[in-house]
Amino acid sequence: MSLILFYITSAVAVFATVMMVTRLNAVHGLLYLILSLLAVGMIFFLLGAYFAAVLEVIIYAGAIMVLFVFVIMMLNQGHKTLAQERAWLKPGIWIGPSLLALILFAEMLVIIAHGGSAETGHVVSASQVGMALYGPYLIAVELASILLLAGLVGAYHLGKPILKMTRPGGEP
Amino acid sequence: MSGVPAEMGLMLSALLFVLGLIGVLARRNLIMILMSLEVMLNATGLAFIVAGSKWGQADGQVLFLLVLTLAAAEVGIGLGLALQIFHRFKTLDADSINQMQG
Amino acid sequence: MFNLLVWVPIIPLLGFLLLVFYGGRLAKGRGALIGVGSVGISALLVALIGFEFLQGSMAPYRLTLASWIVSGELSIPFGFYLDALSVTMLFVVTGVGFLIHLYAAEFMEEDAGYARFFAYMNLFVAAMLVLVLADNLMLLYLGWEGVGLGSYLLIGFWYQNPDNGYAARKAFVMTRVGDTALALGMFLLFTELHTLDIQSLLGRAQSQWSPGSLLPIVAAALLLGGAVGKSAQLPLQTWLPDAMAGPTPVSALIHAATMVTAGVYLIARTHALFELAPPVQYTVAGIGSITLLMAGCSALVQTDIKRILAYSTISQIGYMFLALGVGAWSAAIFHLLTHAFFKALLFLAAGAVIFSFHHEHDIFRMGGLRKAMPLAFWSFMIGSAALTALPFTSGYYSKHEILLAAYAASPLLWVAGCLGALITGIYSFRLVFVVFFGKPAQEIDKTIGGRMRIPLLLLSVLALCGGLLKIPLESVFPALSEQNPGHSDALVSIITLAAPILGVTIAVLFYLAGTYSAANFVNLQWARRINRLLLTGWGLDATYHFVLIRPFKILAALNKDDEVDKLYLGIAGLSLQLHRAASATQTGRIRWYASSMAWGAVVVLAIGLLS
Repeated sequence: MSLILFYITSAVAVFATVMMVTRLNAVHGLLYLILSLLAVGMIFFLLGAYFAAVLEVIIYAGAIMVLFVFVIMMLNQGHKTLAQERAWLKPGIWIGPSLLALILFAEMLVIIAHGGSAETGHVVSASQVGMALYGPYLIAVELASILLLAGLVGAYHLGKPILKMTRPGGEP
Repeated sequence: MSGVPAEMGLMLSALLFVLGLIGVLARRNLIMILMSLEVMLNATGLAFIVAGSKWGQADGQVLFLLVLTLAAAEVGIGLGLALQIFHRFKTLDADSINQMQG
Repeated sequence: MFNLLVWVPIIPLLGFLLLVFYGGRLAKGRGALIGVGSVGISALLVALIGFEFLQGSMAPYRLTLASWIVSGELSIPFGFYLDALSVTMLFVVTGVGFLIHLYAAEFMEEDAGYARFFAYMNLFVAAMLVLVLADNLMLLYLGWEGVGLGSYLLIGFWYQNPDNGYAARKAFVMTRVGDTALALGMFLLFTELHTLDIQSLLGRAQSQWSPGSLLPIVAAALLLGGAVGKSAQLPLQTWLPDAMAGPTPVSALIHAATMVTAGVYLIARTHALFELAPPVQYTVAGIGSITLLMAGCSALVQTDIKRILAYSTISQIGYMFLALGVGAWSAAIFHLLTHAFFKALLFLAAGAVIFSFHHEHDIFRMGGLRKAMPLAFWSFMIGSAALTALPFTSGYYSKHEILLAAYAASPLLWVAGCLGALITGIYSFRLVFVVFFGKPAQEIDKTIGGRMRIPLLLLSVLALCGGLLKIPLESVFPALSEQNPGHSDALVSIITLAAPILGVTIAVLFYLAGTYSAANFVNLQWARRINRLLLTGWGLDATYHFVLIRPFKILAALNKDDEVDKLYLGIAGLSLQLHRAASATQTGRIRWYASSMAWGAVVVLAIGLLS
C-alpha cells in the first residue's frame, strides 16, 4: 500500500519538477515548485519522518516560497518577461545540460545499485528528534541559529538601497 | 508503515537532483536558477531522510533541519543579491552579469 | 713604524668612501681637502716608512692583515710586502700623486663634478697602492682591476660628451684583453706551483722549472700580455692617445706616472720568472724597442699638445720594457722613477697652458707664451730636457744606464734606443719651440694660482735632481752582469750622449731658427702619406677596426634576431599562452561555472567508480 502511494507521489514530484524547470512564466514555475515540495513532504510522511514532513510544508513550501513570491512580484517577472524567456529558451539549449545530467544520473544509479537493498519505514517521532537536537546535536542548533543570523544581516544589508530607491522622489 | 525500499528513495532523490541541475544549467533568469537550486537542496534533504528512516535514527531529520536552515539563509541572501543585480544592471540575465572575467 | 703600512692604502680608500657618500653635500673646499688630504697623509706615511726602511737593513717586511680566500690549498691573504722596489713605487705613487692632487684642486675648481673627481682619484690611488704593496698575485690583480676601473671612470669623467665615453670604453676593453692574459697566467702559475704568494712562487719556479722550458715561457708570456695591455705597448697601445680625453691631472697621474707603469712593475716583480724564459725576455726587449720607435715617430707629427705627450709616454715605457728585456731591472725602475717626475711635470705644465688658454689643445694655435707664462715655460724646458736625457738631468742618468745595458745585450737594441733618443729630442723640443717661441697667436685668459705653481716647482726640482735619488735596488734584483769596459765603450757612450743633442739641434733648425721648414715637405705626396700614417699611430686603429671590430659587428648583426634567446622567449611565450588559456576559463558567467562544477563532480565520481 505505502509502496503504491510512494510511486504515485514520486511521479507527481518528478512531473512537477520537470514542469517547473521548463516554464516560461516565472509564476507558473513557482507554483509547480510548490507542488513538488508538497509531494516530497508527502514522501517524508510515508517514510515515517513526521517532523521533517511538517517542517518541509511549513518552512520550505510556506516561508521560503513566499520569499520567492515576493521577489517575483517586486521584479515584475512572470507575465511581463514572457518574450524575454522565449528568446532565452531555445530548444537547443537543453541538449548540453541534459547530457551532463544524464551522465551524472547514470553514475549515481550505479553507486546506488551497488549499495544493495534495505527496508525503510522506521518511524522516528518528533520527540526523538527533539531529544537528539537538545542532546548530542546541540551544536547543530547553535550553528543553525548563527547561520540564520548571518542570513538576516546579509539580507537586510543587501536590501537597503533598494528601499531607498522605492521612496518617492528618492535618489540612489 | 514500511515497505518503501531505500534504493527507490535514493533514486528518486538522485532524479530530482539531476532535474534541478538541468534547471540551473539551462535557464538564464536568475530567479529560475535560484528555484532550481532549491530543488537540488530539497533532493539532498530527501536522501538524508531516507537514510534516517532506514536506520531508525533521528540523525537524518536533524541533518535535514540543517539543510533546511541553509536553504533558508541562502534564499534570503540570494534574493537580496538578485534584487541588487536587477537594480544595477536592469536585467536578470545571468549571462550578461559577467564583469568578473578574464 | 712599519705597522703603519696598512694605513697607506686604506686612507685614500676612506677618502673615496667619504666623497662618494657625502661629496655632494660638502662644500667644494672641504671635498678637495678630503681628496688631497688623504693622499697627502699617505705620502707622509710613506715618507716616514721609507726613510726608516732605507736606514735599516732593507730586508723585506711582510704584513698580513686578514685572510681573503681560503679554499682547499688556495690561501690568499690581504698581505703587504715591503722591499726596496715597493718603496720606490710607493714614493712615486704617493709623492707625485699628492702633487698632482694639489694641482687638480685648482685645475678642476670650476667643474661641477669636483667631489666626484676626487672620489675617483682617491679610488685610483688606493687601488694602485694595493697593487704595489700586494704580496700575492691575486691581491695584485685586485689592484690591477681597481686601477683599470679608476682609469675608466676618470677618462670618461666628462661623460656628457659621448666621445669621452668611447675613449674610456676603448681603454677599458683594450686593457681587459691584457687582464685576461694576466688572469690566465695566474691560473697557470697556481695550477703548476700551487701558490700565488709572489716570493714563494718565484722560489718554487726557480727550483722546479728549468730555464727555457715550456711552462715558464707560457706563464711569462701571459704575464707579459697583461703588462702590455696596462702599459700601452705594442700591440695594445692605441688606447693611450685617446685617453687624453680625460682631464689633464688624470693624464698626468694615470697615464704618465702610475697606471701605465703597473706593467713594468709586474714584470720587475716577477723578474725571476722572466729570467727562466729567455725567449719571452727577448720579446719584452723587442716589444719595447719597436714601440719606442713607433710612438716616437707618431709624436713627431701630432698637433694636440696632450697627444704628443701621450705618444711620448708610450715611447718612454718602451725604454723601460727595453731595460727589462735586457736584464737591467734596476735601470728600468730608475727610469720609471725619473719618468714619473718629468712626465708628470710636462703634463702639469701642459695643463697650465690649457687652463690659461681655456682648454685649447692645438699647439699651432698657441705661440710665444715664453713671456706670458714663465713658470710653464721653464717647467717645459726642464721637463723636455729630462725627457730628452740631456746631460745632468735625471732622465739622462736613467736613460744612459738603459742604453748602455742595451748595448751590452745587443747592438741592434742600442741602435734602436739611440734612434729613439734622437726622435725624442726632435719632438719634445718641437713642442717647446712651437708653443713658447715665435709670435703670440692668442692672449691668455687666466693665470695659474699657487696650488698649480707649487707642484710645478717641486716637480721641476725633482726632474733636475732626481738622478741623485737612486734607491738601491740590489736587495731585490740580481745585478746586471758587468761588461768588461772595452775600447768601444767610449764610443758608445759618446754616441749615446750625442744622439739627443743632435735631435735638439734638428728641432732648433726646423722650429726655432726656421732654417728648414716642415712646410717644404707638405706638398710632397709621399710626405703627406707618411704624415697620415704617423698621425694615426701607424694605422693600428684602422687595422684593429678592420680585423677585429668589423667581423664582430657582422657576427652580431647575424644574430640580430637572437636565436639562442628564442628558447627563453619561447618559454615565456608558452607561459603566456597557458595564462591566456587559463584566463579564458574565467568567463564570469554563472552557468559556465555551474557546469564546470558539475563536470568536475562527474569526473570525480567516474574516477571513484572505475578504480
